[in-house]
Amino acid sequence: MTNGLDDTSLPRDNGELVFEAPWQARALAIAVALVNKLGLPWDAFRHRLMDEIAKDPQRPYYESWGAALESMIVDLKLATSATLDAATPTERTPL
Amino acid sequence: MTTDHHHPTEMAPIEARVAAIESVLVEKGVLDTDVLDQIVANFEDNLGPMNGAKVVARAWSDPEYRERLLADGTAAIKELGFEGPEGEYMVVVENTPKVHNLVVCTLCSCYPWPILGLPPKWYKAPAYRSRAVREPRKLLAEMGTDIEADVEIRVWDSSAEARYLVLPMRPDGTDDMSEEQLAGIVTRDAMIGVQRL
Repeated sequence: MTNGLDDTSLPRDNGELVFEAPWQARALAIAVALVNKLGLPWDAFRHRLMDEIAKDPQRPYYESWGAALESMIVDLKLATSATLDAATPTERTPL
Repeated sequence: MTTDHHHPTEMAPIEARVAAIESVLVEKGVLDTDVLDQIVANFEDNLGPMNGAKVVARAWSDPEYRERLLADGTAAIKELGFEGPEGEYMVVVENTPKVHNLVVCTLCSCYPWPILGLPPKWYKAPAYRSRAVREPRKLLAEMGTDIEADVEIRVWDSSAEARYLVLPMRPDGTDDMSEEQLAGIVTRDAMIGVQRL
C-alpha cells in the first residue's frame, strides 16, 4: 500500500458520475430518508459511517456506508440480521 | 445482440444487502419507495457544483454579498436557495494571494451536499484524507496545483459540525464577465481547494 493517489482517482475531471452503481444511490437515499423519518440528526448516521470506515479503511466507500446502515437499523430494532438474511436476494430480477 | 438480460444476474453481496435493507424497511412502512426515488433524483439533478459556482460568482460580483457570505455562510447560501442536509453549518473560507485553503474530511466524507453535491471518489480515499493534513503542499503539487512556498496553506477538516466552501480568487482577465459567465468558470475542485482558477 502506497500513500499515493492512483491515477484514476486524481481530480482531473469535474464531470464524474455521481454514483457508480444504482445500489449506491439507494444506500444513500435510505440513510437520508431514515434519519428524516425518525427525526434523528444526520450525525446519528455519520458517526456510524466514521466508525465503519475506521474499522476497515481500505474497504470501498459505499460498502462501509452499507455496513453503517445495517448497524443503525439493527440497533434501532427495525430489523435483525436474521430478517435481513432472509430478505437478501441472490439474483437480480431479470429486466 | 445478446439475450443475457433475460437471465437473472448474480448480485454483489453489498448490492443484495442494500436491497434487503430497502425491502425490509419498505415492508415495515418505515420507508416509501417513492421517497427514495425522489431523494436519488434530487441528488442527480439538483445538487452539484453548479450551485456552489453560483455562490462564488455572486461573491465575486457583489462585494456586499461576499461580506455576508464570509460572515454567515449558511444564511448567504440560503439566499440563493441552496440548503438542506449537510449544508446546515456552512463556513466559507477565502483564498488570497497569501493564503490558500484546502478542505478535507479526515474521518469520513463530510461534504456540503447542497452546493457541491456528493464528494468525488478521491475525496473519500484514505490517501487524500490523511495526506491533506500531513503534507498538503506535496499532495496539491501531485494533483497539479503548485502553491508557492510563501503562501500559507490552511487545511479545514470537515469532521466537526462545519462544512466548508473555498472561495477561490477571481482570475485575472475576467472583469468584463457577467455573473453567469463567471459561474461557468468555477470548478468543483477549486471550491474544495485542490485547484486554482
